[in-house]
Amino acid sequence: MSDTIVKVENVEIMFRLYREQVHNLKEVVIKKLKRQLAYDEFWALRDINFEVKRGESVALVGKNGSGKSTLLKTIAGVLKPTAGTVTLGGTVAPMIELGAGFDFELTARENVFLNGAILGYPKDMMQENYQKIVEFSELEEFMDVPVKNFSSGMMARLGFAIATIYTPDILIVDEILSVGDQAFQLKCQTRIDEMLSSGTTLLFVSHSMEQVKQVCNRAILLSHGRMILDDKVDTVSYCYDEI
Amino acid sequence: MVASFRNFLHYKELLFELVRRDFITKYRRSILGMLWSLLNPLGMMLILTAVFSHLFRGGIENFPVYLMCGTVIFNFFNEATSVSMGSVLGNASLIKKVYVPKYLFPMASIFSSFINLATSFVALIIVMIVTKTAVAWTILLFWVPIVYVFVFALGLGLFLSALVVSFRDMQHLYGILVTAWMYLTPIFYPITMLPPWLRPLVGGVNPLGVIIEMFRDFVLNGIMPDPMLHVKALLWCVAAMTLGLITFVKQQDSFILKI
Repeated sequence: MSDTIVKVENVEIMFRLYREQVHNLKEVVIKKLKRQLAYDEFWALRDINFEVKRGESVALVGKNGSGKSTLLKTIAGVLKPTAGTVTLGGTVAPMIELGAGFDFELTARENVFLNGAILGYPKDMMQENYQKIVEFSELEEFMDVPVKNFSSGMMARLGFAIATIYTPDILIVDEILSVGDQAFQLKCQTRIDEMLSSGTTLLFVSHSMEQVKQVCNRAILLSHGRMILDDKVDTVSYCYDEI
Repeated sequence: MVASFRNFLHYKELLFELVRRDFITKYRRSILGMLWSLLNPLGMMLILTAVFSHLFRGGIENFPVYLMCGTVIFNFFNEATSVSMGSVLGNASLIKKVYVPKYLFPMASIFSSFINLATSFVALIIVMIVTKTAVAWTILLFWVPIVYVFVFALGLGLFLSALVVSFRDMQHLYGILVTAWMYLTPIFYPITMLPPWLRPLVGGVNPLGVIIEMFRDFVLNGIMPDPMLHVKALLWCVAAMTLGLITFVKQQDSFILKI
């Protein structure tokens, strides 16, 4: 059955760009009085419409500042669209930043459970799979060390291991596969492939067209917050090189 | 409504983990660890008793217990609201990256402070035993005012945590407000010490004054409090929760743009 699992309808996002950060009451009052509280409207996303079917893997490509990450965050529910709706038909595992929500004072072991809870995974499932997480991250001997002493690679490994311990319906990946060494990147790749073959839908952001071609079969090209193209990876890749 | 409740159930473990995190990081690397949350109120009580039993001889019998009934409640309120005020800002990096129900952060702060309240209560019981305070059966109802102050602090904590995102000044201002509030609450003086025109405000309107009076009636005086105290406390709880929820729900989608 090819049902729709992600439906993005007329999504628009507007940020107010204040010319000066205004954070306290005194400034606000003074600026209001002087009518200086002007801001520019910045439309990070405009008129975004697309659907993703179950099991598809879709890449979002575009230059820096074209709105890829904003769009992913909107789908993940982190950002609320100014207009339009996002409808999801399943569970989401957002990997916008690996290890977001790690508490640096806590040990790796404690962070596994904290991070699992942040991602909304039930505790007994985390306990069951704890050993698997440790094995995947290859951090066996560091599990009782506070995360503040970890290198960024170690943190990314732990973060990836936690986020992917459970196979979600929708996986959101934002430019995270560029961390870690070759071997670990390969391992992540294998895990993602494994998820894809078990029916997970993937939304993927990467600057490496190489990687996109490897993982995805469809791509959406964004430019200045608008959708330029929604087609097969090869076609989009060709256009991306043109602009 | 049903959907948001189901959402809460889904994330209830996160609430637990956040409280656990606060608890672990608070006492990590200190030798006495958790014992501090027992020693702290005892130490404060000793100092304040030493100071005030010479300054105010307002005819308070059993001053140590009178004082501690006040400080246990007020300190909980102060800690809970102050910590939850910074909770949304403090978890900015998380809020920007992952979707979680944001009210969990101020809520977890209130629960963390609540653990402290429980240990302070143990300290209070120790002081009551040492001073051989007579207790009546009403002490079994000690939890009623604690429920009131919990709900009141939760409402205010939600309100403050949302407000401070747009107006950072509140972080600095609130310390002053709470100090004023503390002196306007009969914690270490009897209400009869005040000039008559001030008494209705301090004892009758002030929600913490109301709750502390109720707590003292149950624990220290061994009598059933005036039903009016319940009415006032309830009204304050409803007001605080309404204010907190409305502000928080209205503001929460714009947090990410401001933190």
